[in-house]
Amino acid sequence: MADKRMTVEEAVAEVSDGMTIGIGGWGSRRKPMAFVRALVRRGVKDLTVVSYGGPDIGILCATGQLRKAVYGFVSLDSIPLEPHFRKARQEGTIEAIELDEGMFLLGLRAAAQRLPFLPTRAGLGSDVMHINPHLKTVKSPYEDGEELVAVPALNVDVAFIHMNRADAQGNGQALGRDPYFDDLFCMAADKAFMSCEKLVSTEELVAGGPLQTLRINRMMVSGVVEAPGGAHFTECPPDYPRDEAFQREYANTAKDADAWEAFRSKYLEPNEADYQRAVSS
Amino acid sequence: MSSHEATRADICALAVAECFRNDGEILVSAMGTTPSLGARLAKATFAPDLLMTDGYNLLLRRALPLGAKPSDDDVEGWMPFGSVFDTLWWGRRHVMMGASQIDQFGNQNIACIGSWQAPKAQLLGVRGAPGNTINHVTSYWVPNHNARALVPKVDVVSGVGYDRAAALGARGGRFHEIRRVVTNLGVFDFNTPDRRMRLASLHPGVELQEVIDNTGFELAVPDDLGRTPVPTPDIIGVLRELDPRGYAQKEVVG
Repeated sequence: MADKRMTVEEAVAEVSDGMTIGIGGWGSRRKPMAFVRALVRRGVKDLTVVSYGGPDIGILCATGQLRKAVYGFVSLDSIPLEPHFRKARQEGTIEAIELDEGMFLLGLRAAAQRLPFLPTRAGLGSDVMHINPHLKTVKSPYEDGEELVAVPALNVDVAFIHMNRADAQGNGQALGRDPYFDDLFCMAADKAFMSCEKLVSTEELVAGGPLQTLRINRMMVSGVVEAPGGAHFTECPPDYPRDEAFQREYANTAKDADAWEAFRSKYLEPNEADYQRAVSS
Repeated sequence: MSSHEATRADICALAVAECFRNDGEILVSAMGTTPSLGARLAKATFAPDLLMTDGYNLLLRRALPLGAKPSDDDVEGWMPFGSVFDTLWWGRRHVMMGASQIDQFGNQNIACIGSWQAPKAQLLGVRGAPGNTINHVTSYWVPNHNARALVPKVDVVSGVGYDRAAALGARGGRFHEIRRVVTNLGVFDFNTPDRRMRLASLHPGVELQEVIDNTGFELAVPDDLGRTPVPTPDIIGVLRELDPRGYAQKEVVG
């Protein structure tokens, strides 16, 4: 079986300007931040980012690399609205596709199932249909004839996810209480890359938690990166909680261009190892 | 807050709880302080069958005080986000959301102020409001009732109101129900022939004119307008246990 270990740099080298990338996790929870930081260092631009958004979308808005955000929300959880995303929206520097949270999930599922769309009632009657003029409805072919929203598939070129544990072959384990939708992000992607807190043998992986925690199998991913602290400053339970102090520092940089530049040069220009040293000191 | 004298916040919390009284065995999702407190009050007293989460992914068998961390003994099940979506599409859910703006038919906006294309102020985004409102019962909480919140027309329809639901036809809108809107001034419902918002009861100490002056559209007002019930000393005692730090007291002015 293939040994899929690689570095974050090797993984993000698969991303080129103008691509659509999917980012796993949820809000400020178990986000693949080591990959996001590597995308910043790589400097790819004109990205479309598909995400249950948190600081992934916020950072890529602030660096000017994100052209278009596709999201169910963009939140830091303890700070309900991502401040860099707010700034980008209010200044009109990004395009946005704002979907109902459930519609977003159906879009991922449609992509994972290689379907053009999945039907739902969610969105009917709301302005989601007006702010997204590309959305269409579909009529049930059965007797009920019900009109439903046809949520288009959210296909992505490359997906990034972060797990608690993984093996070198690409089996991944989510040890927290919510698996979110990382499996679907992988299946919606042409290629998916997984970072993990700790790379272990397959035996250790299986012994490390109930079988239901093994959410990612090796068919889903092309590369595996060991990145301790790779979700920082978002939470990655049970390995670590959210770094609320650091998140506040990050959030405050949205109000002040100098503060953002200082944050960027201190935390986003150094490589991942230096970042981890900087945040642990 | 140790007094057993009912405050406006206590009256609001009971009014919220009353929204869930006859819901039976469904999932309640209450966003914000007073909705959380009211839902917990309902579960702790007259609606014990309600299912409720810790705000993350645990279903809790009992109503815990605001801010309390559940212990293993408090848990009865698992409700990760994937299951929340399945449950809401299934319809076994009653959500109480906030509303930055709400209009006379119950259209709610939490997305942004101004046009969506060029927002003056980006708010939360539509979040789950479109799917919630078209799939199951919804109620709203407005802690600061004023004419900027209760408006003739909302900027972005996030949660669907009765006029929009009716336009979908009998089938498309058949799971739509906005049960009530609770504000710091009164309780409102849509029990009118054309489903316009109606003042169902005034909170004690509030004058009708104050509500009219602070509402940006014409409210239906019944002839036999009543007062929102004041919680009994027993209920107030439960509220003090569920909100020992008085978070809801700080949220509700008046």
